[in-house]
Amino acid sequence: MNLTGEKLKREPLIHISKRGALPFWKSWLIRLGAIAASLLVCAIITYTLTKINPLSVFAALVQGAVGTTRKIWTLLQGVAMLLCVALAVTPAFKMRFWNIGAEGQVLMGGFAAAACMILFGDKLQPTVLLLVVILSSIVAGAIWAVIPAIFKAFWNTNETLFTLMMNYIVMQIIAFFSHVWANPKGSGQINTINERTEAGWLPVIGNYPYLLNILIVAVLTVAVYIYLTHSKHGYEIAVVGESENTAKYIGINVRKVIIRTMLLSGALCGVAGLLLVAGTDHTIKSDTAGGRGFTAIMVSWLAKFNPLVMILTSLLLIFMQQGAGEISSGLGLNKSFSDILSGVIIFFIIGSEFFIQYQIKFRKHKEVEAK
Amino acid sequence: MNIAMFVHSAVTQGIPLLYGSTGEIITEKSGNLNLGIPGVMYVGAISGVIGAFFYENSLADKSRINSALAILIPLLCCLLGSLIMGLIYSFLTTTLRANQNVTGLALTTFGVGIGNFFGGSLIKLVKADITSVALSGTSYCFKRTLPIATKFGKVGEIFFSYSFLAYAAILIAIVAAIFLRKTRPGLNLRAVGENPATADAAGISVAKNKYLATCVGSMIAGLGGLYYVMDYADGVWSNDAFGDRGWLAIALVIFTLWRPDFSIFGSILFGGLYLVHFYLNEFIPMDLGTQSLIQMAPYVVTILVLIVTSMRKKRENQPPASLGLPYFREDR
Repeated sequence: MNLTGEKLKREPLIHISKRGALPFWKSWLIRLGAIAASLLVCAIITYTLTKINPLSVFAALVQGAVGTTRKIWTLLQGVAMLLCVALAVTPAFKMRFWNIGAEGQVLMGGFAAAACMILFGDKLQPTVLLLVVILSSIVAGAIWAVIPAIFKAFWNTNETLFTLMMNYIVMQIIAFFSHVWANPKGSGQINTINERTEAGWLPVIGNYPYLLNILIVAVLTVAVYIYLTHSKHGYEIAVVGESENTAKYIGINVRKVIIRTMLLSGALCGVAGLLLVAGTDHTIKSDTAGGRGFTAIMVSWLAKFNPLVMILTSLLLIFMQQGAGEISSGLGLNKSFSDILSGVIIFFIIGSEFFIQYQIKFRKHKEVEAK
Repeated sequence: MNIAMFVHSAVTQGIPLLYGSTGEIITEKSGNLNLGIPGVMYVGAISGVIGAFFYENSLADKSRINSALAILIPLLCCLLGSLIMGLIYSFLTTTLRANQNVTGLALTTFGVGIGNFFGGSLIKLVKADITSVALSGTSYCFKRTLPIATKFGKVGEIFFSYSFLAYAAILIAIVAAIFLRKTRPGLNLRAVGENPATADAAGISVAKNKYLATCVGSMIAGLGGLYYVMDYADGVWSNDAFGDRGWLAIALVIFTLWRPDFSIFGSILFGGLYLVHFYLNEFIPMDLGTQSLIQMAPYVVTILVLIVTSMRKKRENQPPASLGLPYFREDR
């Protein structure tokens, strides 16, 4: 009797345990709740800093993000580009390969596209040139991604830190070539490449400069979804990610899967670089990727690596970014305001995963009284 | 340009990196790979700036600034700001078991956003009638050096010409090195980072160690931001000026093989590499393009160290074994 009393006294107030599978709708209810809570916090932050009426904050957000046709197009382009990079990092993440070098891989792809446009702009036939531009950017992205993968596969070199460092190397490479190919000479930066001939530019559908990018990314989204969920490769990626030992036992060549997946991941990053440089920007700068390599990781993670859900998560982030950007520029405040809000939303969503995976049991009152 | 000046600027360039890497080493030793360090350093810097800004603006006469308050207020604000960032990270990764990489990257976005937003909008927000955030009074207090600096010529310039925060950085790095390698709590902390399940079984509180290491690490890293803005940048905040130094600090952690005492020399070396193109330019004139190739050096060197250590597999040179992994007692 005394012993049990002793035991009960020691029972902690809360007890955390892993949940079984939660019904689909319940887990999404929790996520939606987290998003709602984060939006509330965002409204409070916006109100304290700008004194805009909390209700009209949301109206201003919507107005800023999708107020005009032009804004809708920019929004869609933003979503497409972020989604493209997110698609690229997803296969690697599913394999638990922490590639945070997507920024550099996108830049490398864009850099290769720009290099071909500059070097072969007036030497090759337009169609041949376009093919060369497309191929070279995909290959360049893949090469930049496969270097850390090879070291990971053979020597287990830490890929997080390796890929991170690769980002800065490519930025300096671009800085170097910005001087070599400076246009106009001596300016230290590359302005619109082949402005007159438009050689190497991706074609524009109708009058919509962003439409081609959006369509390509839409096709890629479906393709990556099928690849991950309905192909042997996708299955192998999932097994390696869940448990490398299991993968070895059932005869999956882990090294091969790591290298092959990173080649794919880098190639998709190369496509993103291609779309940015040959599709819309027609130039290359060391910030062409614009932090998408990092944001994409959060997009992919928040969507639980599901390419179709990633459409929603990237839409949410870009929507907030553009909306908050409009609010802050309207008030003459710094545009980094949107980064603060994105940060808050992400904190809430990644925090909410805990409540989906685990359940908290409080100490039962009855037993306490029984003591 | 002489060698003493080069060493001097390499050190001032290296001190923010030293703070950042010392903080990150302590954090990583607990098994937390805090990729939010760049954001933490931004927040440390801007918190100090905000504190100093309000203090300087509350003075009727700016020439009668109280140097003790001028140092204490930004210092406390900086520590508080970076502590909050450390707490956000620890709460999400340790208590809520969120993924460390994602949390860290979100923290960096958030922190850099806070830095640039408040740096760019502080004047607008408080409706002050000035054009830019320039805290010359506070910076003057922070930059005060030992009076003996000028007496010893070049030796004085190399060894005595820095402000107190620079010496504090070196002191903190040495203390951290001794703490990690020679003390019982340091051993416990390393145990948590290497194998949390074993540490837990031995009665060491994993959560407490992770929280403490991450928060203390963040506060140390935040000081790097403060040093940068108050000393290196003369109290002038400009957006994005801090640049990629936070990532360089993380690179330095690998480069020094998780040892704060190596980090003292490593950070000065990285600081030198960051600047060396200016000096080489005096002997071998080169264009800006080549200079940017030389700026690649710290990153290339870090990758080489990473590769060589992973190939040699010397046990004492490896990252903490559970780095980046969450710990949940019931998981097996």
